[in-house]
Amino acid sequence: MRAFALVLLFASFWPHCLVFAATESGEIQTQESITDRSIAIPEWKDWKRVFLLQDYNTRVVILGTTLLGMAAGMIGSFALLRKRALMGDALSHATLPGIAIAFILATSLGLNGKSLPILLTGAAVSGLLGIGGILLIRNLTRLKEDAALGIVLSVFFGAGIALLGVVQQMQTGHAAGLESFIYGKTASMVASDAWLIGSAGLTCMLISILLYKELTLLCFDEGFAISRGFPVVLLDMTLMGLVVVVTIIGLQAVGLILMISLLVIPPAAARFWTEKMAYMSLVAIVLGALSGMIGSAMSAIFPNLPSGAMIVLVATTMFLFSMVFGIPRGILIRKLRRHQLNSKVDRQHLLRGLYEYLEARGLLHDKQTAESTFVPLSTLLQMRSWSPAKLKKIVKRAQREQLVVALQEDQIRLTRSGLLEAARIVHEHRLWELYLITYADVAASKVDQDADAIEHVLEPEVIAELESLLVRQSTVGVLQSPHAIQIQQENTNPRQSDSRRAN
Amino acid sequence: MGGLEQWNWFLDGWIILAGVLCAASTALLGNFLVLRKMSMLGDAITHAILPGLAAAFMISDSRSSLPMFVGAVIAGILTALFTEWIRGFGKVDEGASMGVVFTSLFALGLVMIVQAADHVDLDPGCVLYGAIELTPLDTILIAGWEIPRVVAVLSIVLLINLLFVICFLKELKLSSFDPALATTTGFNATIIHYTLMTLVAITAVASFETVGNILVVAMFVVPPAAAYMLTDRLGRMIVLSVILAIIAAVTGHISAITVPRWFGYHSTSTAGMMAVASGLLFVAAALFAPRHGVIVIFFRRQILAWKILAEDIIALMYRIEERDPQQKPDANYLREILFSRSVPTKLTLHYLTKQGHIADTNGNYELTETGRDHARQLVRSHRLWEHYLVEHAGMSAENIHKQAERLEHFTDRQLREKLNEDTLDTDQDPHGSPIPPEDEIR
Repeated sequence: MRAFALVLLFASFWPHCLVFAATESGEIQTQESITDRSIAIPEWKDWKRVFLLQDYNTRVVILGTTLLGMAAGMIGSFALLRKRALMGDALSHATLPGIAIAFILATSLGLNGKSLPILLTGAAVSGLLGIGGILLIRNLTRLKEDAALGIVLSVFFGAGIALLGVVQQMQTGHAAGLESFIYGKTASMVASDAWLIGSAGLTCMLISILLYKELTLLCFDEGFAISRGFPVVLLDMTLMGLVVVVTIIGLQAVGLILMISLLVIPPAAARFWTEKMAYMSLVAIVLGALSGMIGSAMSAIFPNLPSGAMIVLVATTMFLFSMVFGIPRGILIRKLRRHQLNSKVDRQHLLRGLYEYLEARGLLHDKQTAESTFVPLSTLLQMRSWSPAKLKKIVKRAQREQLVVALQEDQIRLTRSGLLEAARIVHEHRLWELYLITYADVAASKVDQDADAIEHVLEPEVIAELESLLVRQSTVGVLQSPHAIQIQQENTNPRQSDSRRAN
Repeated sequence: MGGLEQWNWFLDGWIILAGVLCAASTALLGNFLVLRKMSMLGDAITHAILPGLAAAFMISDSRSSLPMFVGAVIAGILTALFTEWIRGFGKVDEGASMGVVFTSLFALGLVMIVQAADHVDLDPGCVLYGAIELTPLDTILIAGWEIPRVVAVLSIVLLINLLFVICFLKELKLSSFDPALATTTGFNATIIHYTLMTLVAITAVASFETVGNILVVAMFVVPPAAAYMLTDRLGRMIVLSVILAIIAAVTGHISAITVPRWFGYHSTSTAGMMAVASGLLFVAAALFAPRHGVIVIFFRRQILAWKILAEDIIALMYRIEERDPQQKPDANYLREILFSRSVPTKLTLHYLTKQGHIADTNGNYELTETGRDHARQLVRSHRLWEHYLVEHAGMSAENIHKQAERLEHFTDRQLREKLNEDTLDTDQDPHGSPIPPEDEIR
């Protein structure tokens, strides 16, 4: 009676899903009381039973959800990069009118309207029509991806609801039962379901591996793919077709929401861990498999936890963890990198301020005087838009790095290494200014700000190149002093602008 | 029109009014969702309110509708908020972050309900999802008038939305198109955004409660998308979307009553048919919109292609004449050189003959006076462009022909004069062909 396990109505009929969610946990461990609301701590034998996969039921469920997680993770990463993460959502809603029409047609032809192949065919056909609608709207009109998904989702689903309104009045066939076959029930998955998911999922993964290069190209640079003569529309349809297949088998087995989340969450989480497509799909596969496995195991161990919801929540936990701690793209690592850059910028500004102060008073010719002159913080405060507290923090950090030495609260001087570093920074700043003046035709009064934006991120190679480029040009001037000073004599305009800005 | 004889102004009138109010208030806000590429938010909120319901039930321990309503609105706002955070902090694409948020919230709600209300009849279908057909049955008394509760609630929602859109139209416009600019001009785009999201959540939940979810999801997206196809101005788009939504609501209800009768059934779901009606309106708008419609664009391109083909033909005939004044090409000869298909070529030749640009003598064509004038100008544009491309754009002589071939169709007399002034004074193009004069020297 597999037909009776079929998924039929979706999102708008949650109550039934809730009923199932409520009853499915009872299959593993019979409940003592219907009013028992607590999560009982399972005994040792329950743990053992689940982890050693001793239960046939648990084995099938865990295997099925793991396979589904893998397939959805792989297909989902392409869909995510194509900015169609919600395509699974739209397509699963779009299957409703197909199911209703398949039921009507089959019943009026005297067949069993609830047989699985007929309903699945209907679902697939209307899913494909939905794809066509999305592609047409996206390619022919000026509407964007999200609007195309929203239109197809709501109009198809509305048509499905209207058709079901008709189905309910049909004399033949037991339409009344249709609404109760809502959503999948993961915990009641049977072996043939797991095999169906496994084979269809593996086929989808195989296809996407075969078309790996093309699909990647499609996701990252559609224009380039077109210009290289790839059949882009065909590839697009293949990708969407894969999503349809995964969605439909998943819907049947585990339900709508779980299916959408398996398509979206593991790939989105994988995105935080890598910049490479191949690694991303690999990580997504692993995460999808893990959330399927852990989620269904948890629901097998703890009574009262619906397995579908647990799989989603496990995936969400992984997502949140990845979002915060993911290595190249997580929030923490980006914050850290930003912080490092900011403190580097502040340090360089401080050193340059000190250097310019000394320079303006002609104290640079002798290293001894330069290193023993104390600069009051109040003058530095005027040169930049720093708050006193912030300046203190910057000074403290520079002190720790032994670039400056503070005598009293508000007087600092450069150390030897600080002076060297400051000379280098000022030199690089002026190199870039000179470059902007000579090559980019930027007015001398404006170069300071432009150079300010870029001086902190200049690579040593760029500096070397600038050096050879500009020093050769500026040999007309006096050529005895070392580079830093030489540029500074050559290039008086930027310095004026420096002090102007400093006011 | 079978079925309309059972029309009852008391019942159907209220149903239509409820549908119109719901459609108008959702479409009003939907414009900004479509512009902000958040069309799927309505759908996300329908799924994501579950934990709000469960929490409201746990706290109040009752199924009265006010706590449920508040819980659902809060969950809806949280959906928008979390989506925004994940998008902003995690740099995740809008759709993906929405998908993460609403599926997670739904799953959370499911777990909460199973824990809190196992076997208790907490059924969102009964608690929260109204059906538009039941509108006239649930009435309240306002100032002596007995009107459906739904109509009262939705009127208030519509009023709030209308006030919001009218008062903050400028801010909404700016923050939808350019949030950065909006912030620099001194008002906070973030506040506008979150106010909008709050109103979206309230509208969505109020409408689920009264008319069911599918109508909301459809009206948030479809009428604004149709209006977006029809106009380029935001003000007009808003007005149009509301009008389209109202039309969809009215025709939806009428067709819900009439259409199933054609096949021998009773009426069907009004909300579903309203969604379908809005979908049909969208298809019509997408096909026939005056500027952006698919068919209009197709014909405009076709006409342009034919115009270019016509110009190519007479320019080619001019060149043939230039080489050998006696040769009178036929259609096949022209077609082989231009690589054009036979039907368009024949039609274009026919058109050119009618226009008096060419003369047809037993299948062989030659240019008339007016045709020669026009052709000479085209060839002059072409060769001047070639000249210009070599001289000023630094292109090599092999590559210029294609560029000039494209540019010649969009070059008027003034531009030709300018090109002539800007290039060196010469009467030969880079290939060595003579550049014909603007007017024929007689």
